[in-house]
Amino acid sequence: MHKLLQDNAGETLMLLGNEAIARGAVEAGLAFAATYPGTPSSEISANFFQMAKQSDLYFEYSTNEKVALEVTAAAANSGVRSMCIMKHVGMNVAADAMMTLAYVGVKAGLVILCADDPYMFSSQNEQDNRYYGKLSGLPILEPSSVDEVRQIMPYAFELSETLQEPVIVRTTTRINHSTGPVLLGEIIPPKTKGNFVKDPFHLVTVPAVSRNLHVRLLKRLDQAEVLSCESKYNFIHGKGPWGIVVNGVSYNYVADAVRDLGIEDQTRIFRVGFSHPMPGEKLKAFLQGCEKVLVVEEGEPYMEETIRALAQEAGLILPIGGKAPQLFSRLFEYDPAMVREKIAAWFDVALEPAVPLDLSDVPEIPQRPPNLCAGCSHRATFYAVNKATEGMATVKPNDIGCYTLGFMPPLSAGDFLICMGSSVGTGCGFSQVLDDKVISYIGDSTFFHSGIPGLINAVFNNHDMTLVILDNHTTAMTGHQPHPGVDMSNLGQEGYGRVSIESLVKGIGVPHVSVIRPYNVKKSVAALKEAIAFEGVSVVIAQQDCVLQARSLKKETGRPFRVDPQKCANHRNCINDLACPAFYMENDRVCIDASICTGCSVCAQVCPENAIVPVKEKK
Amino acid sequence: MDVTRLIIVAVGGQGNLLASRVLGEAARRSQVPVRMSEIHGMAQRGGVVESALVFGDAQSPIISDGEADILVGFEPAESLRALKKCNADTTVIINTAALQPFTAAIGKGVYPDLDDIQRLIASKCARLISLDAAALARKAGNVLSVNMVLLGALSATNLIPLNEQSLKDAIGAVTRQAFAETNLKAFELGRKAATA
Repeated sequence: MHKLLQDNAGETLMLLGNEAIARGAVEAGLAFAATYPGTPSSEISANFFQMAKQSDLYFEYSTNEKVALEVTAAAANSGVRSMCIMKHVGMNVAADAMMTLAYVGVKAGLVILCADDPYMFSSQNEQDNRYYGKLSGLPILEPSSVDEVRQIMPYAFELSETLQEPVIVRTTTRINHSTGPVLLGEIIPPKTKGNFVKDPFHLVTVPAVSRNLHVRLLKRLDQAEVLSCESKYNFIHGKGPWGIVVNGVSYNYVADAVRDLGIEDQTRIFRVGFSHPMPGEKLKAFLQGCEKVLVVEEGEPYMEETIRALAQEAGLILPIGGKAPQLFSRLFEYDPAMVREKIAAWFDVALEPAVPLDLSDVPEIPQRPPNLCAGCSHRATFYAVNKATEGMATVKPNDIGCYTLGFMPPLSAGDFLICMGSSVGTGCGFSQVLDDKVISYIGDSTFFHSGIPGLINAVFNNHDMTLVILDNHTTAMTGHQPHPGVDMSNLGQEGYGRVSIESLVKGIGVPHVSVIRPYNVKKSVAALKEAIAFEGVSVVIAQQDCVLQARSLKKETGRPFRVDPQKCANHRNCINDLACPAFYMENDRVCIDASICTGCSVCAQVCPENAIVPVKEKK
Repeated sequence: MDVTRLIIVAVGGQGNLLASRVLGEAARRSQVPVRMSEIHGMAQRGGVVESALVFGDAQSPIISDGEADILVGFEPAESLRALKKCNADTTVIINTAALQPFTAAIGKGVYPDLDDIQRLIASKCARLISLDAAALARKAGNVLSVNMVLLGALSATNLIPLNEQSLKDAIGAVTRQAFAETNLKAFELGRKAATA
């Protein structure tokens, strides 16, 4: 049985933050969950996907976060405890549904788990989603550790039911991807079948209904603020005149720093774990006992703004530090030494700074940037597009996925990128105002997520652009989750439908559609030339399994190739145009590492001397 | 309990996360407080994987620059890159088997000289233990046991609050049963190499 489904309350397990979240939800009697995969939240859903096969839990990978929230909203309004999982930018997609769902509310608990990513370890921005609590009027809970996130999940479901509102649990990468001992609690058996009570004058948001619902939402917010003040997740410890207000993972850095600096007796710490609405009255009382306050929060000055306002309301004049050039930054994530240093500076405590190593004599170390895998079919597709557009002025918007890595030279497959699905929409705009030929790239999962509306727009407005759909039959970037185009029977999964990208694109009315197998370079270039020459919307679907997934599914990959030194004239087209990581240089000649080569044969087709040949022996 | 801070750096695929899981499991079994965090975002695509393990009475799951007590580097150049995490009292354990980054492999960037890497680390930190973990893993019977060799070497330093037996038990519990024997052998070879 899945380790998180076992009825072993009282035991301690070492869990990843994302596993602890999944476990906490199961303990709360979670019955229904949906997501679109996104790091740092991916492992939560990966665990639900596995658990769903062994329990009554319903789990789905939805086409995008908005759809995921809509399906969970329906389940929760039918009385079934539900959860919707996303990364921070996913909440932008879900926001349309979320803003009005806040008016409608829920009948059974609904938790929206949102994983923010300070420092952008795997993201395109580092937006602070606490403002979504303010924007929507929904409560936010923010745990500080792996163990606490397990505890806070059942509380979140209860809070959601008390307030009849979805509750946002906001984590950051350092909670999601931390591991620690987690004390397991009892599992409440889930209630999987719902019961929908029709009540259109509260559930159908026409203006006359919504006017009442907005009034009700504000009343619930008042109630939520009382609960925030009472919540055990907003706690104070210590007694001194120096106040520190802190949330999330930074709480650990503050706790360590206060001990390291030996200022426990002078310091009182307010840990905010229920951060929307902020616990106003409790904070005012806290400020009253402080001579000086420091707010420690990654991201935006969300708490700091509130605390300054609360101090004004309470008629308090005291120094409040937070974001400032000499204090904390709005950029990136914090770390223990930095927090210690800022605390010491603000409260004027002596700090013996660690002596950093002198690294001035360390030579430059070659970078190790992530790269498209050896044998990745996207490399072949990008190469073929580059060949098909030689000498042409082009703009190539790219999208979110592994293939974004193609923006690096020599493939240079990416000129513009803002969000999921943007390659298609921005492609429309570029094609209208530029004379350059526009070729947009999008992955299969991203296409389903939010590429389709852009493509419909291109067809309707007759934009002159080519969309290349990089179809590797999976969501590769986040760890091979399925999407509506995946043949689930190949993964040994029953009961799923399947959407053909080709039929869908034709059904939208795209006038020029072709399908290529990118490992066949010559045919691919010819098909691309034709598509790019077409005036109007053309779509090229490049179909080839993700090599990483093919390998993990034990699908046959080709035999490796080698460079025949007799034939090689050292043109290096292979390295200069393809740059597959299986290549390396030895004595100024290109060689192929047979242990990495997957035998895709693309480099063999690119070599002008036919000097790249299969290795005789099979791997 | 005193705080011990350990950084592990590796290239994706070298088994850093599994090694961290072994340490975490051993700590759980020994009731040693531990917090761990990892950065593994794009590791499958050739990137670097970094784990931080904090043993003892601290709450932070990450380690600031200059504050690691021990650095275990699964790859020499990545060990050198991670040196900013170390200080003059740090013990560094490195695998001397290099994995050229692709940039260096195709002649765009120079991989630092192995002797220079070792000389630089040794000159700046309290102690350097170098071993060819790849060769020892092969000797143990599985080239993929590099991580277990390095765990063995780490165990031999007695710098982490986990005894040899608890690590061996954790290896048995966490790693695949089919590899248990070679993993334990790799662990032993690592221990010996580090004490030699």
